Amino acid sequence: MNIEKIVFLGFAAIMLFAALRVITSRNPVHSALFLVLSFFTAAAIWMLLRAEFLAIVLVLVYVGAVMVLFLFVVMMLDINLDRLREGFWSYLPLGATIALLMILEMVLVLGGRYFRLQSVPVPADPGASYSNTRELGRLLYTDYVYPFELAAVVLLVAIIAAIALTMRKRKDTKYQNPAKQVSVRRADRVRLVSMPSEKKD
Amino acid sequence: MNLSLPDLLPAYAEIFLLIMACVVLVVDLFLDDSRRYITYALSLATLAGCAFFTAGISGTPSPTYTFNSMFVSDVMANVLKMLTYIAVATGMVYSRSYMVERGLLRGEYFSLSLFATLGMMVMISANNFLTLYIGLELLSLCLYAMVALSRDSAQATEAAMKYFVLGALASGLLLYGMSMIYGATGSLEMTTISRTLETANPNHTVLVFGLVFIVAGLAFKLGVVPFHMWIPDVYQGAPSAITLFIATAPKLAAFAMAMRLLVNGLIPLAIDWQQMLVLLAVLSMALGNLAAIAQTNIKRMLAYSTIAHMGFMLLGLASGVVDGNWLSAADAYSAAMFYSIVYVITSLAGFGSVLLLSRAGFEAENIDDYRGLNQRSPWFAFILMLTMFSLAGLPPTVGFYAKLSVLQAAVSAGQVWLAVVAVLFSLIGAFYYLRIIKLMYFDDPVDTAAIAPSIDMSVLLSVNGLALLLLGIMPQQLMQLCFVAIKSL
Repeated sequence: MNIEKIVFLGFAAIMLFAALRVITSRNPVHSALFLVLSFFTAAAIWMLLRAEFLAIVLVLVYVGAVMVLFLFVVMMLDINLDRLREGFWSYLPLGATIALLMILEMVLVLGGRYFRLQSVPVPADPGASYSNTRELGRLLYTDYVYPFELAAVVLLVAIIAAIALTMRKRKDTKYQNPAKQVSVRRADRVRLVSMPSEKKD
Repeated sequence: MNLSLPDLLPAYAEIFLLIMACVVLVVDLFLDDSRRYITYALSLATLAGCAFFTAGISGTPSPTYTFNSMFVSDVMANVLKMLTYIAVATGMVYSRSYMVERGLLRGEYFSLSLFATLGMMVMISANNFLTLYIGLELLSLCLYAMVALSRDSAQATEAAMKYFVLGALASGLLLYGMSMIYGATGSLEMTTISRTLETANPNHTVLVFGLVFIVAGLAFKLGVVPFHMWIPDVYQGAPSAITLFIATAPKLAAFAMAMRLLVNGLIPLAIDWQQMLVLLAVLSMALGNLAAIAQTNIKRMLAYSTIAHMGFMLLGLASGVVDGNWLSAADAYSAAMFYSIVYVITSLAGFGSVLLLSRAGFEAENIDDYRGLNQRSPWFAFILMLTMFSLAGLPPTVGFYAKLSVLQAAVSAGQVWLAVVAVLFSLIGAFYYLRIIKLMYFDDPVDTAAIAPSIDMSVLLSVNGLALLLLGIMPQQLMQLCFVAIKSL
């Protein structure tokens, strides 16, 4: 057993543990933190596969941006876990039976016979000067430019949908209009009234 | 490294639509409610522009591939895209006053509709699992948001939630199936997959395993039993104008998706997927037609009728390949294509009449609202009668020829028992369509408010209804068009 395999098994064990804790932990903040851990170990495994760009992006985007944001949201929300878990035990027998049956059937059909290591050849070693990032960039902007642009459109639609569904104009808020404030003239605010200085007899 | 620009000509319509959708989105920010008609006009002009570009490339008879063979432009794609523009534009015209009355005519409705149209066009022109999937997601994402557009309605929010959760699950199934096919054939491109299946003979078990998931995902998008649960709830819960949108153009895209996946990509596995489609078709026709009888809400009734119609359409797809030869395949698939087109035109008129009878603060949802329509407006009662005849498949409307051609395909494929079952369930189905006609002509009106549609809507709805009659008298041109389209694949 070489060192690479030992490292892989170590990371795989950590990842499985973290993923299990995500769904079993009672505290949603802990769940989010365990998710960070599992993403991080996944990045390490990708690093072992020499997909360094994907590994870095996973850490930067998912761990750095998405999960931190998510953690904030989870902390802000008051989630009542007991209400979410209501009915868990009554649904468990049926759900577990169906899930087990499906897993069993899928194992019987696939069973590692068709996708084992022998049937998928190991790619040739591309050498030390090979840059994963460069290759990905080249493919994304040449061969895959069409789906790449479309994926950007999907993200745009997600933004439009999120804004359309959540943004509300409140009618009862009092706004300040600085432009109006600055351009105000004396005549708008002060009215000079000419009054006699003394009461006439 | 030399960068070669892909051939953009076949995709001009898509590029134009994308640019214009962004323009509509930005322009609308500067408009207040009283000038919303500018967004409306701009959206219709966009669809007309797309039609212009699509018509420009429809002269080439052989398929053109571009973007590294991820995009295909053939006659089927052009025909279906043209009909998609027409369906979306007609839906917008029908929906305008309905949306204005409910305060829903905002810029998002138009931009999301246009992006959904883009998603449909991508699906129709997809030659790669990847583009097909992204097009599907683009379409679905827009539809989820559009259902929830009426934010304060609990019913609409619930419908959107159900649609979203089930739709995400179905997308997952589809993706899993695609990954299995990719694992077995080593390619995501449909034409390559088809060639690999014929020559390399990969493992059959893995292929069928993947195929099951693909058909399940496809069945969800078409809304056939047993993946139909979302249809009645979404159709009923969504605002009627959005229901009209969901019920029309996306069905064309779903048909194109079925053709691209099953016929372009997996035709060597036809013997396997035809059995699955037969099962789905029979179940859908049975459940759709029987459940529709019990409905008192017309949107829900039309939802079950959709399920039945999609089952009928699958019958055509399932009778293409007989004993391993596909001599009559073009007949069967063009019958299915004709059926979907006719269904879309008919349901445009059907949901159009729901919008016609609705007004501010009133939804014409119950079938009792259609009582005595003949006394309130003889002309629109006649149009709705034509629609119901067409849905029931009675001559002289075009629905008759749609059913006839699919049945012919099934019989010539030797599936006589299937044709008999289909006819029996259509007969049961005719009951609830004819019930609407009975209510319109022989009952006294409950709701006596005057029907005063805008001039554009009444003209378009009349044209739509008369088109059903006209196509029923001379269906040859459209049938011929479908045949040419399928032949070009």
